[in-house]
Amino acid sequence: MKIKKFMLMLTLLLALGMVLGACGSGDEGSGSDSGGEDTENSGSDGSDSGSAEGGDFSVAMVTDVGGVDDKSFNQSAWEGLQAFGEEHGLEEDEGYDYAQSESDADYNTNLNRLVRQGYNLIYGIGYLLQPAIEEVASQYPDTNFSIVDSVAEGDNIASITFKEHQGSFLAGVAAAHKTESNHVGFVGGVDGDLINKFEAGYIAGVKSVNKDIEVDVEYAGSFAASDKGKLIASNMYSGGADVIYHASGATGNGVFAQAKDIKNNNPDENVWVIGVDRDQHEEGAIGDDNVTLTSMVKRVDIAVQDVSQQAMDGEFPGGEVLEYGLGDEAISIARTNEEALTEEITTAIEEWKQKITNGDIEVPSTRDELKEFESSL
Amino acid sequence: MAFFEILQTIIPQAIFFAAPLILTAVGGVFSERSGVVNIGLEGLMVMGAFVGIVFSLTFDSVLGGWTPWVAIIAAMFISSLFSIIHALASVTFRADQVVSGVAINFLALGLGLFLTEQWYGKGQTDIVERPFYSTDVFLLSDIPIIGPLFFSGLALTSYLAIILAFVGWFVLFKTPFGLRLRSVGEHPMAADTNGINVTKIRYIAVMISGAMGGLGGSVYALTIALNFSHATIVGQGFMSLAAVIFGKWHPLGALGAALFFGFAQSLSYVGSDVPLLADIPQVYLMIAPYVLTILALAGFIGRAEAPKAIGKPYIKGSR
Repeated sequence: MKIKKFMLMLTLLLALGMVLGACGSGDEGSGSDSGGEDTENSGSDGSDSGSAEGGDFSVAMVTDVGGVDDKSFNQSAWEGLQAFGEEHGLEEDEGYDYAQSESDADYNTNLNRLVRQGYNLIYGIGYLLQPAIEEVASQYPDTNFSIVDSVAEGDNIASITFKEHQGSFLAGVAAAHKTESNHVGFVGGVDGDLINKFEAGYIAGVKSVNKDIEVDVEYAGSFAASDKGKLIASNMYSGGADVIYHASGATGNGVFAQAKDIKNNNPDENVWVIGVDRDQHEEGAIGDDNVTLTSMVKRVDIAVQDVSQQAMDGEFPGGEVLEYGLGDEAISIARTNEEALTEEITTAIEEWKQKITNGDIEVPSTRDELKEFESSL
Repeated sequence: MAFFEILQTIIPQAIFFAAPLILTAVGGVFSERSGVVNIGLEGLMVMGAFVGIVFSLTFDSVLGGWTPWVAIIAAMFISSLFSIIHALASVTFRADQVVSGVAINFLALGLGLFLTEQWYGKGQTDIVERPFYSTDVFLLSDIPIIGPLFFSGLALTSYLAIILAFVGWFVLFKTPFGLRLRSVGEHPMAADTNGINVTKIRYIAVMISGAMGGLGGSVYALTIALNFSHATIVGQGFMSLAAVIFGKWHPLGALGAALFFGFAQSLSYVGSDVPLLADIPQVYLMIAPYVLTILALAGFIGRAEAPKAIGKPYIKGSR
C-alpha cells in the first residue's frame, strides 16, 4: 500500500519537475503554470484578428530552446520584431508575435500554428530550426519564412546569416593594439565551421596590425563548460597572452572568471577579455575596473527588421541567402569600456572597418582562406 | 617549458578544479556508505549553485566581504533540506533509490530555472559581485618548491575541500557515529538488533550528502561559473559519483579520484606545452580522464567493493 502511494507521489514529483523545467525558460513571467496556455491564448487572439483584417501585414517568430529572454539572439530577434511593430503601428499578439519552443519537438508545431493564424512572415530563430522551416515552408508556399543563422532551401525562405568574421577581424584589431606582450588568445566553443569563422577573422585582424603577434587557439569542446573555459584562460594568461577573445557561449564565463581573478590579485595586471554576440561589459566588471575590452556584437534585431521591411514592401528576398555584416551595422564592436578602448584603438578600428566595407580587404572566413590571407601579408 | 614550471601550472589548477568534486564526492561517500545510492548528487550541486548565487546577489550589499562564505553556508543548509526528499523517498517509502535520485536531478534544475525566471525575469542570473578569488597563502607561499605548488594561486575553498575530506575520513572511520553509519550500510538488520536506528542514521547520511553537494555546487558557482543558468552544472555531479566509486567508497579515495580528474583535465590543456605530449592530438588528451577511469575501474585498482546493503531499503523484521 505504502509503495503504491509512494509511486504516485514520485510520479507527481517527476511531473512537477518537468513542468517547472519547462517553465524555467518560460515566457513573460506571467504565472507559474501558464507557460503553455499563455502563448496558446495570445495565439487564438492573433488568429481572430488576422483572419478578420486579411490584407494587413503581420509577422511572427519561433524561438529555439533558449527562450525569448536568453540575453542572446532570441531576445535580440524579438526586440527587432517589437521595434518593427512599433514603427508600423502593429499590435502585439496581432501584428507581431512569438512562439516559444520548450524542446526540439515544438518547432514544427509552433510553425504550423503560426501559419494557420495567418501570419505573412514567420522567422525561425537559430540553426536548430532549419529542418523544421524547410519542411513547413514546402507545405505552405503562400507564406514567407526566414531562418536566422543558417541556410535553408526553398523559394519562400530567406536565410539570414552574419559575417561574424568581419566583426572578429575588428576584435582582432582591438586586441592587437591592446596587447603589451605581443601575445593574444582565442577560446572557441565547439570546433566547427561556425566558430572557425570567428577564429579566422580574429587571427586575420591581429596579424594585419602586427604580423609578429602570437595567437593561441584552444577549443573547449562545449558551449557550456565554464570550468574548461577557466582552465584554458588560466593557461593562456600564464603563458603570456594578455587579451583573450572568446566565442564560446557559457564557457566564456570561465574566461571572465579567470581574468577577474588575476585582476583581483594584481589590479595593475594587463588582462582583457573580448566578449561575443552581445555587449558583455557587465560580465567583466570587478569593482571599479572592467576586464571586458570590447565585444563583437551581432545585431539580429537589425537583420530581422530589415527583412520584415522588405517583406512588407512586397520585395521579400525568397530563396536568397542574406549576409549581414559591418556595412549594414548588423555587426558591430561595443564601445562601452571607454577607458580601455582608447581613442587610438577606436580610430584604428574605424580605419579597418572602412577598408572592409569598401572591399579593400576580403576577411577570411575559413582556416584555408586564413592561410592565404596570412601569406599575402 | 621546464618540468618544474609544468608542475607549477598543472598542480594548482588540478586542485582548484577538483575542489567542487571533492566536496560532493565526500558527501556521496556518506550517503552510499549508509546504504543509500545517491544519483542525485548532480541535482544537489545544482541546488547549491542556485542558492549560492541567489544568496550572493541578494545579500551582497548587506554582508560585504563575508558574502561568499555566508552564501556557501546557506547553500549547504538549503541543499541538505532539499535532500530530505531523497531520504523520504528511498528510506521511509522504500522507493527505488536510483529513480528517486533521478527525480532529484530533474527537480533541482527545473526549480532553479523556474525561480530564476520568476525572480529575475530572465533565463539566467546576473554575475555575482564578489566571488571567491585565488590567493597566495601568507608566508607559506614563500617556501621554495612547495610554496608555488601548493600555496599560491588557490582559492581558500580548495583547502576547505581537502580539509573536509580528512574530516570525513575521521568521522567515518574513527568515531562511533561513523561505525554505526557503516554498519547500517553493510548489514542493517544486525545494526538494528544492536539498537541502532537505521532510518535515523540513513536520514542523517543523506542530509550530509545534501550539505556537501550543496557546498560543492556553490563553490563551483562562486569560483568558476559566477552566475546561474541551465549550463552552470553540467555533469560535475556525475563525475563526483564516479569519484565515489573510483575512490572505493572511501573519503580519501574520493579525494584522490577527484584530484586525479582535475589533474587529467588540467593536463589535457597544458599538454601542448609538454614535450612528450605535444604530438598527441588534443582530443585524446581531452578524453584521457574518462578512459583512464574506465581502465581503473576495470581492474587496475582492484575490485571496488560496494557496501553490502547499498540500494536495498531496510524493512524491519524481514529476512
